Amino acid sequence: MSKYFLVVYVYSIVQANNVVLNGLIDSNKELNMSNMKNNRKLLAALALGVVLVGCQSQPSEEAVDTAAAEVIESGSHDVAGMTDAAVKSEEALAAEAAQALLSLTVFYFDFDQANVMSNSYDALQAHAAFLNSNPAAAIRLEGHADERGTREYNIALGERRAKAVEKFLLVNGVSASQVETISYGEENPAEGGHGEGSWAKNRRVEIVYK
Amino acid sequence: MHLLKVMMVFFLMQVCVVAQAQLRIEVTKGGDNPTPIAIVPFSWSGEGLLKEDLAGVVAADMGRSGQFKPMARAEMLSQPSVSSEVFYRDWRIMGVDYLVVGRITPVPSSPQASSSVPVYRVNYELMDVRAEKSVASWKIASVTDLRAAAHHISDMVYQKLTGLRGVFSTKLMYISVERDGAKGKVYKLQVADADGQRSQTLFQSTEPVMSPVWSPDGKRIAYVSFATGRPAIYIQNRLTGKKIKLTGFKGINGAPDWSPDGQKMAMVLSKDGNPEIYIMNLKTRDLRRLTHHYAIDTEPRWTKDGASLVFTSNRGGSPQVYKVDVVTGRVTRLTFRGNYNARAQVSPDGHDLVMVHRENEQFHISVQNLQRDLFANLTKTSLDESPSISPNGSMVIYATQHNNKGVLGAVAINGNIKYLLPALRGEVREPVWSPYLN
Repeated sequence: MSKYFLVVYVYSIVQANNVVLNGLIDSNKELNMSNMKNNRKLLAALALGVVLVGCQSQPSEEAVDTAAAEVIESGSHDVAGMTDAAVKSEEALAAEAAQALLSLTVFYFDFDQANVMSNSYDALQAHAAFLNSNPAAAIRLEGHADERGTREYNIALGERRAKAVEKFLLVNGVSASQVETISYGEENPAEGGHGEGSWAKNRRVEIVYK
Repeated sequence: MHLLKVMMVFFLMQVCVVAQAQLRIEVTKGGDNPTPIAIVPFSWSGEGLLKEDLAGVVAADMGRSGQFKPMARAEMLSQPSVSSEVFYRDWRIMGVDYLVVGRITPVPSSPQASSSVPVYRVNYELMDVRAEKSVASWKIASVTDLRAAAHHISDMVYQKLTGLRGVFSTKLMYISVERDGAKGKVYKLQVADADGQRSQTLFQSTEPVMSPVWSPDGKRIAYVSFATGRPAIYIQNRLTGKKIKLTGFKGINGAPDWSPDGQKMAMVLSKDGNPEIYIMNLKTRDLRRLTHHYAIDTEPRWTKDGASLVFTSNRGGSPQVYKVDVVTGRVTRLTFRGNYNARAQVSPDGHDLVMVHRENEQFHISVQNLQRDLFANLTKTSLDESPSISPNGSMVIYATQHNNKGVLGAVAINGNIKYLLPALRGEVREPVWSPYLN
């Protein structure tokens, strides 16, 4: 039963951080506060790390909420796994979670939109934290669009998406010299299909470590 | 003087001929009430067989316009090659309105000529079957490229009968993408005849190539290449292949479009942080920024008079087509129907706006009359893009999907005929119709 509460507690922290971050995206003056929260946020994300890995791969805005709800419902019969996780040290857990989040390098968008989705925040925060602590590391943000609409407009849209992610990282303390952006528009789809399934996978920004 | 010009043009045309058909034609909607015409096989007085079926090429050209219906050869009761051999009754009872006959004769090569390329003379005539008289007769004094000669004949006949200049001797430029096992994707910038035949590769790269455009005289082309890992605009001489990098700014370098006077290039740059429309003076390389808006501004296309550009902007919340005065910078919105109108081009007469238009979640090629409130979808397929208007304003070529492959489509601007030009290999997209080349 205590595990159940842990999950709910952790989830609520993640959500709280998301709310804070939502407000932060356009506000540089709250940068320090965001950094302060980073550790707690990572810690919070850790317990849900595995869950988040699953839901991050779903290019849907509702992914986090849905996944969390599933965890809560299945809390009582998912005790074994949680017990193993709980006995690990906080540091080990944090490292694992950060690693899991850092493995997420593709972030999805809605049609004709360039807003970073809330289910991308945690992984982007992890990348920001990594870049903060590794000033020599540098990334290239590659923006993409699905095939619908016109090619040069999609180049512009892909750039907007890459810049939205760049802005998120800069607001979280990453140095501008560590980030470059490029847009491929609809020229390099991740999937070649011509339906919403493929389109959702193609509206994306990819982080490429150089 | 005229003959000399024709001769020179035809000699130039045979410089780099590649006998490889890259595109083929599938007519998906025939013309409404096309005029019946018979293109009789041209006689040949030389030895052996000719490599090209001149009359066949002319008949295909006329049929592809949607305005003519060429008669099947099997139905022809006779095959005259000069007007004196024509029995008008034979053609009238078959319901033919016009008749084209012709003859090809070998031109003896001069003793000094080093090459052994055969040279031909072509005489041809157009006849009005109902009036029982010759309408016009022409002569091509000397030609080596028989396909080019055929397209020229089509242009002459078409203009005589419609009053509109033909576009059969123009060319199409497009991007093809093929998968090469070792290299991955190979992007090729290609040019083919207007009937899709004889494609040549002008540039190729394993990185994306996009947004090709012709110079107003057709001698040069511009395009965007990611060959260096970042987008840059290049200008290339079409005949020599020599190219220069025009821009390589930080961010987007895209959507080049040559001004009608050939002196300037409109383009999209995001070097100032946001995609904006710029005009570059090609002599001085000076840049002038034309738009100032935090929204996306892209896809500039000059109007024929060079006084303004139409472009796509989402400044109103969704992509719509706007017009900007080149001198004053004043912006006016042109499209209001639906929530996605983009990549517009104004027709040569300035009356119509052809664009990509979204309706019921589908992307069509549509035309909007700029004087009256008329609007029509030219296509019914769902992923149509990159419309380009022929220089006589009669046809629009565009990119679409067919059998899960990128193909080119062409449609009359009045919707009268529609045909597809699928590639024999790989996918094709971003077609651009050339200006008149002679």
